[in-house]
Amino acid sequence: MSVTLMEEAIPLLDLSPDAPLDEAMAVVREVVEDTEMPTVHRWREAGGKVLGHFQVYFPEELAHAAGMLPVKVRGGQMDRREADSHFGSYLCSILRSSLELALTKRLELDMFVTHPICDAARNLAGLWARNLPYPSQILYLPQNPNSAHAPEYLRNEYARVLGDIETVSGCKVSDAALRRSMAVYNENRRLLRELYAVKRETPWLLPVDEAYVLVAVGGLIRREEHNELLRRLLPRIAARPARRQDKIRVVFEGGFCEQPPLDLLRAIAEFCYVVDDDLLIGLRWIVDDVPTDTSDPLLALAEAYLDHSSYSPVQHDLRKPKEKMLLRRIRESRADAAIVAAAKMCEPGLDEQVAYMKELDAERIPYFVTEFEEKMTGFEHLQIQLETFAENILFE
Amino acid sequence: MTAAATGEEIVGRGLREGKYLFAQWFMRLGQAAENEELAAYVFVMGSLVEVLRGFDLHIVFPEINSLQTAVKKVSGDFLSVAEDYGYSPDVCGYVKADVAMQLQDGRHPMGRIPRPSIAVLTNACNTYLKWAEIWDRFYHIPLVTVDVPASRSAATSGQLDEAALEADRRFVEQQLRELIVQLETLTGRPLDMDRFRQVLHDTNRMTRAWARILELNRGTPSVFNALMDGTVYLGVANALRGTPEGALYFERLVEEMEYKTAHGMGAIEDEQHRLIFVGVPCYPIFRRFHELFAEWGGSFVSSTYLWFAAGGMNLGFEYDLDRPIESLAEGVLRSVRAATDAMMFHDRALLEAIDVFHADGVVYHPVKSCRTVSTGLADSRRVVLQQRDVQCLYIESDMMDQRVVSEAQLKNRIDAFFEGLNSRRLRLQAQEAPAASPDASATRVPA
Repeated sequence: MSVTLMEEAIPLLDLSPDAPLDEAMAVVREVVEDTEMPTVHRWREAGGKVLGHFQVYFPEELAHAAGMLPVKVRGGQMDRREADSHFGSYLCSILRSSLELALTKRLELDMFVTHPICDAARNLAGLWARNLPYPSQILYLPQNPNSAHAPEYLRNEYARVLGDIETVSGCKVSDAALRRSMAVYNENRRLLRELYAVKRETPWLLPVDEAYVLVAVGGLIRREEHNELLRRLLPRIAARPARRQDKIRVVFEGGFCEQPPLDLLRAIAEFCYVVDDDLLIGLRWIVDDVPTDTSDPLLALAEAYLDHSSYSPVQHDLRKPKEKMLLRRIRESRADAAIVAAAKMCEPGLDEQVAYMKELDAERIPYFVTEFEEKMTGFEHLQIQLETFAENILFE
Repeated sequence: MTAAATGEEIVGRGLREGKYLFAQWFMRLGQAAENEELAAYVFVMGSLVEVLRGFDLHIVFPEINSLQTAVKKVSGDFLSVAEDYGYSPDVCGYVKADVAMQLQDGRHPMGRIPRPSIAVLTNACNTYLKWAEIWDRFYHIPLVTVDVPASRSAATSGQLDEAALEADRRFVEQQLRELIVQLETLTGRPLDMDRFRQVLHDTNRMTRAWARILELNRGTPSVFNALMDGTVYLGVANALRGTPEGALYFERLVEEMEYKTAHGMGAIEDEQHRLIFVGVPCYPIFRRFHELFAEWGGSFVSSTYLWFAAGGMNLGFEYDLDRPIESLAEGVLRSVRAATDAMMFHDRALLEAIDVFHADGVVYHPVKSCRTVSTGLADSRRVVLQQRDVQCLYIESDMMDQRVVSEAQLKNRIDAFFEGLNSRRLRLQAQEAPAASPDASATRVPA
């Protein structure tokens, strides 16, 4: 059933290919902000199965090859009526809103996967299992990627998860199918790199909030459809008649898991060109094409995760000290400054903030520190602070 | 039992000798700091002390150092230093107390702690990883993480598929061999296999004794309080794991517990309610927290803390000295997996414990500092309430931060909990013997 869906390529976005850029952006924004998850409902109504994976990274190729729709579970802005009673205090919002989506059946899944990205997220497998009828599990991505044996371990872990996916989807996945999916995702990552190049080289053409929704929608639709969308829109973005303004170039760091509200990104865009960031870094985790001409595609995916990948506070890798990686991100994007954000109650993010601040101090790079929460609504105070910060740099 | 030992000498020896051994351990750490000797920083879950002792490294448990600042009532000072340095109030208090200690040249209320020469950790807790990265930034030391894959789902927790277990064990063993190479480089000498086997042997002795102690606490009255006494025992179990004095301590503790069992001596004076504790102790008011329950006759007969902070000793797993590295890998895998199960997938084990220990109530104590332990507790309580006829109490505070520990509020909630337990007891008595009037003297209120 699911494979047929893939072959028939039912569009999940309600968007005409000829729609003007502004209209297309509005539709994409609406879908990304809609906590009723319309694209997922449309997929399910057509008989498709859905794998939900919590932040940050999941090898979506595995689900894609089995004909399932992989959906990034990243919470959302909503009134929480059911989930809060399942949690205590001192926990981040994304845990709560993600469970709210599931408990209220706004997000209906056939399988849920979480990861040991933090101590709270690891608990989601147990929480989900106690409250929802479909299988839920933890994918133990290695926290010792420096071991010579990590690739083999991860390859076998992917094989285990793939076995579970085959059971849920009822679809046996061949190596050929997996290679086809890997090619689709390679193309997707190439297009996302192109999108980020626009941000870096001509940021006045693509403010951070628009870039964000264009990336985020990829976690809600088939990747082929996302590829088509990006192929269509990127040239139109490049042709925008926008002109460069007096804004500082910044890197936004701290959006790897819980997502800042779009209005917060808009507030930043008012004074800053965000030339690089770690927003939804999991969708861009692998930085090069994954080889598809290999005899062991699972091993290729595992090696790509370990050796050809970005960084985040939730992956421990001695080769990638996060503060040094941030410096690299700042330098490669020719940023003037950094916005070092963390979600409230996010232990890895808050821990890393200290390392970032010390390093930026040592390198004399200006930075702006802030905390956010997905459900926050007032940004006036933040805007005033950001304006002052930006002016200090512009008129230094 | 030694012929000359009297009841007076036996009863309470666990606490007395534990305190003495702890002081000795901290004294040796102080000497190591003064002499700048090699020290390994490790964590309670998957400490790997067996292999580290094989290289005669001093072992430092930063978690224990940190909790000691709370027990000694000075954690607030330490937290302030770390928060002034930049750490958020919402970050784990253990991490912050340690950062403060590092910033103050290892000064600690129990003495002075040596700097790390190496840090060895597992992925049992994600904060371990962030914590060790801080030492790397401070000292540029070797940092060795051993990935220990835990249960992947609630369905597979506690049920060990032998083939899958062997694959995971092999991965742990491969990483242990990589660790040994790093230790050989650090110390400039090979692993002393005889010494390594001796350490494993001493851990086995401790494990056997600990299994007997846990078993004895199933009796009525319970012979030790899992929260108060148990935490002291856990401290020795971790700090002196794999040492002859640690093994002897636990063997002598068995004597104490058997003596108490034989003489009907309970952990508290008048055990009225048998409770299970879920979470991490409230160290800033450690003794008072215990008293708030003991005053009502509430005794903690077991705790998930005894499961996840015992380094796997609660499992009864003994190392095979003929294949020491392979067996250590299996022990680490089983112990870390059991520890994470105890935190994330503990529903089944908790229900079993309620039955085995004849518990009347379950006390959940999630804390701000530890999201590993605390995240699932509100949800787990719902399962327990659905499946067992027990009272549950859910109280939040912290293991380090006095600012979020309100004794008055805790007392109100605890008092109400016991009033509920007493009412329930009277109701059950009335149901069992409808003709007779309930025996109100069977319940107890605090003096």
